[in-house]
Amino acid sequence: MGVNCHRTFRSRANDNAMLPDNEIRFDASGQAWLDQLVQRHQNRASQLLQMLREIQEHYGHIPHQIVTELAQRLCIPRARIESVASFYSFLHLKPHGEYRILFSDNITDRMLGSQPLMELMCQQLWLQPGKVSEDSLVSIGTTSCTGMCDQGPALLVNELAITNLNHQRVQEIVHLIRNRTPLGDWPADFFRVEDNIRRSGLLLGNALAPGELLRNALSLGGTNIVESIKASGLRGRGGAGFSTGLKWEACRNAQGSEHYVVCNADEGEPGTFKDRVLLNQQADLVFEGMTLCALAVGARKGFLYLRGEYRYLLEPLQAVLQRRRANKLLGTSILAQAGFDFDIEIHLGAGAYICGEESALIESLEGKRGVPRNRPPFPVTHGYLQQPTAVDNVETFCQAVLALHMGAEQYRTIGTAKSAGSKLVSVSGDCQRPGIYEYPFGVSVREILQDCGAVNTLAVQVSGPSGICVAESEFDRRLGFEDLPTAGAFMIFDDSRDLFEVARNFVHFFAHESCGFCTPCRVGTSILKQTMDKIAAGHGTRYDLSEIENLDRVLQTTSHCGLGRTACNPVLHTLKHFRPSYENKLKSLMFSPAFDLDGSLARARQMTGRDDAGAHLREIE
Amino acid sequence: MNETFQLDGSAVPFEPGQTVMQAALAAGRYIPHLCYHPEFKPHGSCKLCTVKVNGRTVASCTMPAEGGLDVESEIEELNALRRSLVQMLFAEGNHFCPSCEKSGNCVLQALGYDLEVHATGFRHLYPDRPLDASHPDILLDFNRCILCELCVRASSEVDGKNVFALSGRGITKHLIVNAESGKLSDTNIALTDKAMQVCPVGVILPKRVGFSVSIGERRYDQRPISAQALDDAPRQTDASGNCAACEGTP
Amino acid sequence: MSKKLRVATTSLAGCFGCHMSILDIDERLFPLFDLIEFDRSPLTDIKHCGPCDIGLVEGGVCNAENVHVLHEFRKNCKILIAIGACAINGGLPAQRNHLDLGSCLTEVYLTEPGLLHGHIPNDPELPLPLDKVHPLHEVVKIDYFIPGCPPSADAIWKFLTDLIAGKTPELGHGLIKYD
Repeated sequence: MGVNCHRTFRSRANDNAMLPDNEIRFDASGQAWLDQLVQRHQNRASQLLQMLREIQEHYGHIPHQIVTELAQRLCIPRARIESVASFYSFLHLKPHGEYRILFSDNITDRMLGSQPLMELMCQQLWLQPGKVSEDSLVSIGTTSCTGMCDQGPALLVNELAITNLNHQRVQEIVHLIRNRTPLGDWPADFFRVEDNIRRSGLLLGNALAPGELLRNALSLGGTNIVESIKASGLRGRGGAGFSTGLKWEACRNAQGSEHYVVCNADEGEPGTFKDRVLLNQQADLVFEGMTLCALAVGARKGFLYLRGEYRYLLEPLQAVLQRRRANKLLGTSILAQAGFDFDIEIHLGAGAYICGEESALIESLEGKRGVPRNRPPFPVTHGYLQQPTAVDNVETFCQAVLALHMGAEQYRTIGTAKSAGSKLVSVSGDCQRPGIYEYPFGVSVREILQDCGAVNTLAVQVSGPSGICVAESEFDRRLGFEDLPTAGAFMIFDDSRDLFEVARNFVHFFAHESCGFCTPCRVGTSILKQTMDKIAAGHGTRYDLSEIENLDRVLQTTSHCGLGRTACNPVLHTLKHFRPSYENKLKSLMFSPAFDLDGSLARARQMTGRDDAGAHLREIE
Repeated sequence: MNETFQLDGSAVPFEPGQTVMQAALAAGRYIPHLCYHPEFKPHGSCKLCTVKVNGRTVASCTMPAEGGLDVESEIEELNALRRSLVQMLFAEGNHFCPSCEKSGNCVLQALGYDLEVHATGFRHLYPDRPLDASHPDILLDFNRCILCELCVRASSEVDGKNVFALSGRGITKHLIVNAESGKLSDTNIALTDKAMQVCPVGVILPKRVGFSVSIGERRYDQRPISAQALDDAPRQTDASGNCAACEGTP
Repeated sequence: MSKKLRVATTSLAGCFGCHMSILDIDERLFPLFDLIEFDRSPLTDIKHCGPCDIGLVEGGVCNAENVHVLHEFRKNCKILIAIGACAINGGLPAQRNHLDLGSCLTEVYLTEPGLLHGHIPNDPELPLPLDKVHPLHEVVKIDYFIPGCPPSADAIWKFLTDLIAGKTPELGHGLIKYD
């Protein structure tokens, strides 16, 4: 940028009077630690998010003074650091407790009883949700789906996942926190994450050895790999279903000083957890796919962007990478092929669903706020650092290896005409056997429901909140790009559930995750949330339903990215199929205020000590 | 010979690299806009400039012009969307025009006038956004911020200072300044900065000069924004870096 | 000549500036009076609203009495119009909305320097303030809005004559103003 950082930023680092309460004293050892951190990240501002994550892991938050020091070292404005840190919900610029508890707030967690458990924990720790305890020991809040829907309710403590919460487990956690037990000494059982694989197919049942496919692919060369992948009909498994071969071809053909491969492991769509299982079970296959892609597009560097919620997978994944380097499957001259150099770096997210959008993910990789870019240009030509970049989903990389291994013709025999291969489905909600099910594309909703032991099913939310709500009359619809495209979420609701509450949970999710870049999504999702809350509180009218229709029009047509464009879907779909669950909450009136009129006099009554008839308002006159 | 695209049924020529918005304004055709400013790289966040291109809605400020595109802009369907967007911005902040010294020179307000926005329609969010009056010569009234990032862009790209940045996300997104104290007085902003001129609403204000132009003589009292915007396009800075059309310049 | 339209007007948390603008319609009031007659209004001193065709309400809703009056207007007026900045977005009174009502009352009646034996008024005759000041459309359904602080006489004239003529009221450049 050519800006003199000492001029642009007036340091007041020595002015300790400026520091808020609880700020750390930044002594020589702190300086040394920070120097080391910055050096390890080669002084690159593009590593900012990764540095901030490490700072938070070290201090529990990102201290004011460290922001100043880091800005000086990286020669960037301190406001930029605040700007980035404040974008990610797991990062805190203020002390947020030694133990930071976040309950996963997906509808499936709620159905498994997360809310009373959170109330219990708050009660026992004398704490209000969203607040930090007075002794700075603990904070309790909620976060978007943590991807443990098959073993919920779940929470994160300092970003480590705890599953299968129940009354007893919550009380044990309270006890551990009160005793200030270090996380390392908590029972390992708490942190156990099961794969729950219920049905395997060509992917989960594969018997490929690490490097096996790569060895065969070397002789093919980039162009032939691209042609084979194109011929296999492989489409992206992240939900949008773009042809993987065409993407790789466009990236390969794009001009650039470097090409990059990015694996999107920011599995944030509520109800989806298949990438978590793949990264645990099939890490070699994922990395093999990325390396294959590198060979195809001519990349020397790859990133795996791992959502912060899967922080616990970092070390195991690093170990797999290390083993692959040792086995010459990564690094320079892979498999002794001169000139085939490729390595993979893992970047962690920090609580931002929007980073699952590929251009926002790239921004985040560059150490910025995860705001989706204006497109065109697309990442295949202008991606990471404006260079050609192939971004694919975890499952897509696995499928690419299998497609090449089986051969295009064979691969195409699996699935349907326009959806080749198999699909991992993350089944959760009201059924006996939640978990991961692999099916060839074309499987019907009804078949999955039978396999997982779902009874009295009212509806299935396919592909998460931004997907489609399928009612019983449509259970013969089939998964696949021809009919029901899906990233893999399959949340089941039986006839004891109120679909309005499901939609309201999803609407809250979108409002919480809106990046705030564009007007319609930033403001519209908040207004939509208010309207749904108004209906839930018994103040809704038909007027509010027409408001929702108007909001949908604005959000769908003017939003910057898919988040805003689909934010009204859960409401529209449930309105279509389950209108009574809205209507029985509505007043018969044309209009009703969003707030309780009498309640809004409460403060004045309290201040004046009045309670006469005139000090009250009947709602309708 | 330049290529052309169709805008509301008549041809607009364009140069390679121009967006639909840039080509339209250069050809004397107005498309409503708010975060777009001719001197800066298109941002695409306010979405006021949404048009239909071959039936698909896109922001015209970031949409590359291409030969043969069929662009619709002046249609009720789009103006209804724009109206809602203006209403959302009014609902989001605390916009009390009668007490704002930017009134009459405010782009958001002028767009509301042009689109016949009579009321906010939505429920007001009434956020709590404290002022920053720490600087001796400059007042920041965050109540009116619409998050267009023009000041962020101007301070970084033109002034080379990075005085402003955005913090938070979603509905909590807000403008911050680059100082450890968080106060404008501890930044190196100057009255002569480009960032002082570009705020389309009344956030960044020089002190002691408010309300100097009488009602009736202010920028958008005289002519609607649709006419003013065309006069300004393409806006050119003079030798001293000032742009005559920037609304911040009284 | 058909029956005259009955019009009611009132000011809630407003300054009567909008009513002054209605009077500013001036000599055009006479042809207007051929078309309308006033029900409850500061101009007639009628205390309660009967069935009306049009209700014009100035000011936002800041206390319990405002709520009662607004409900009376909504119940009796076929078309309800919010007139002026305060009715539309709360205006000046709404600038207390980010403050806690309790601390407002405390500061004004208890801790303000110079107060002797201050107490927060609690006479049952007084309407209690709401914790927030609301624009009219947050409390009842509003059909039309005439913006301005106040809207000019020309704007009100244009709006009403459009409406009476059965057209969708449009103000256009110069008449539409938020200040």
